Amino acid sequence: MSENILLAQKIRQTVLEMTHRAGSSHVGTSLSMADLLAALYGGVLNVRPEEPEWEERDRFILSKGHGCAGLYAILAEKGFFPKDWLEDFYQNGARLAGHVTNHGVPGIELSTGSLGHGLSVACGMALAAKRNHENYRVFVMMSDGECDEGSIWEAAMFAGFHKLDNLVVIVDYNKIQSLGAVKDVLNLEPFQSKWDAFGWNAKEIDGHDMEKVESTFAQIPFQQDKPSCIIAHTVKGKGVSFMENELLWHYRSPDKEEYKAAMQELGGVQ
Amino acid sequence: MKTTFFHALLEEAEKDERIFLVVGDIGFGAIEPFRERFPDRFLNVGVAEQNMIGIATGLALSGKIVFVYSISNFPTLRCLEQIRNDACYHKANVKVVAVGGGFSYGALGPSHHVTEDISILRSLPNMTVVAPGDPLEAEGATKALIQQEGACYLRLPRAEEPQVHPDGFQFELGKAAQVQDGEDLTLISTGAVLALAAEVTQALKESGVKARLLSMPTVKPIDEEAILKAASDTPAIVTLEEHSIIGGLGSAVSEILAESSGKKVAFQRLGLPSEFSSKVGDQDYLKEHYGLSKDKILESIKGLLKLV
Repeated sequence: MSENILLAQKIRQTVLEMTHRAGSSHVGTSLSMADLLAALYGGVLNVRPEEPEWEERDRFILSKGHGCAGLYAILAEKGFFPKDWLEDFYQNGARLAGHVTNHGVPGIELSTGSLGHGLSVACGMALAAKRNHENYRVFVMMSDGECDEGSIWEAAMFAGFHKLDNLVVIVDYNKIQSLGAVKDVLNLEPFQSKWDAFGWNAKEIDGHDMEKVESTFAQIPFQQDKPSCIIAHTVKGKGVSFMENELLWHYRSPDKEEYKAAMQELGGVQ
Repeated sequence: MKTTFFHALLEEAEKDERIFLVVGDIGFGAIEPFRERFPDRFLNVGVAEQNMIGIATGLALSGKIVFVYSISNFPTLRCLEQIRNDACYHKANVKVVAVGGGFSYGALGPSHHVTEDISILRSLPNMTVVAPGDPLEAEGATKALIQQEGACYLRLPRAEEPQVHPDGFQFELGKAAQVQDGEDLTLISTGAVLALAAEVTQALKESGVKARLLSMPTVKPIDEEAILKAASDTPAIVTLEEHSIIGGLGSAVSEILAESSGKKVAFQRLGLPSEFSSKVGDQDYLKEHYGLSKDKILESIKGLLKLV
């Protein structure tokens, strides 16, 4: 098994521990993006945990801020901050809040939580790199439901028009948003052609096929003068059979029994 | 003051290469010199204000000092959450500039009336709010906001208002500027109604009332010291603003007075009622309708002084 597959599994285990302990929600979204995060932090992103504000670093923005547990877990795993910070996640007096918050948390580029903000800020960072002749890249992970926001399409049009080929969007397309299936709430399809029409080069991949994920990231930018979009087909709650494709796990926190069963499936120590 | 603002911005941009100008497809006849002089530090995002503030934040977090320019409520209310979550929360150097404070665009209708901006923006953490009263204040404020870390809001009128302060006036962020001293009453104004406030002060003087006139361009942080001194030195305080009486200068001053342990003063807020204008008309017409004319202000002040 590749190291990144193991890393993804580790992230899923940590997310379960964190959400179980905290009684917090949004488990499913952290599980669906775990493979993508593992690939990013397992070799794609040019970052330095010991020097989080290194000027030449690649920027990563988790625009779907409710997936914070997954991000905190991988940042701790990579050594951006001590793992014991995860222990009181979401609890009174903790460092780590229930949406991505960067105050006092190394490695987090942007605080998010309200959907549809990350891509615009990323456009500003990518444009700054272009204007300053700097080589860093800007990655934004978004949710499918987030693409309902008009601001996403303002930013998408901007990035295409300004040829920001140092900008990469990854959509964690797990097909479930807050009140139901994406196709039933506000269908995004045809999705890839929307991005293409906005001046991007978009690819659709299986977001859980690590080899495919890694080889796709290796091709960035997909095309000169165009921003890259990876539409990653994923499964909400991936890795835990009773959480997969279940809307409930956008909200529910695993109780003791569920936690034990989930950890067993993920091969983790309880 | 638009011209003054752009002149000052251009001058500072010559000295500081971090200064960047982002516009939302607004500024015909005003932005051109900057765009021509600094094409690499200029950006027109198109008609997309949410994206505009997000991009400005991204640029600011990459080391730029970003002035975002538009008119009316477009760069504030349309993208309020981006200002709050992106610019303010991250203490990003995003300076939002809106032309058209109050009824500047009177006849264009209520969509273009900027009458709640100070109230709304003042309540955001990490936000500095400035409404210059004359061109000297506008020039000083523009320069001061470059030095002020974090998110700022600069409210400008549309027209070229007259100079009220003497040549050589030094703007100080967060400080009231005394235009005239007096002991019968203190009139505090913010924004472009300063010239009107000066006319009122002069008329009061002619009728034997010695009014202190304070210009209060910085509404946040408010100059608490100057307010408390006015309360101590004069028996009455009147605030004047081309803005809703809810949440603007009048509210900011009353918050200080209500919590002070000093002596009681007669107090009145002059501004706009919390309503959408049902009248069609230019700035002066609408101001007159809502009592923001010299005669009506004098009448209000004299009424208040009878209570003293």
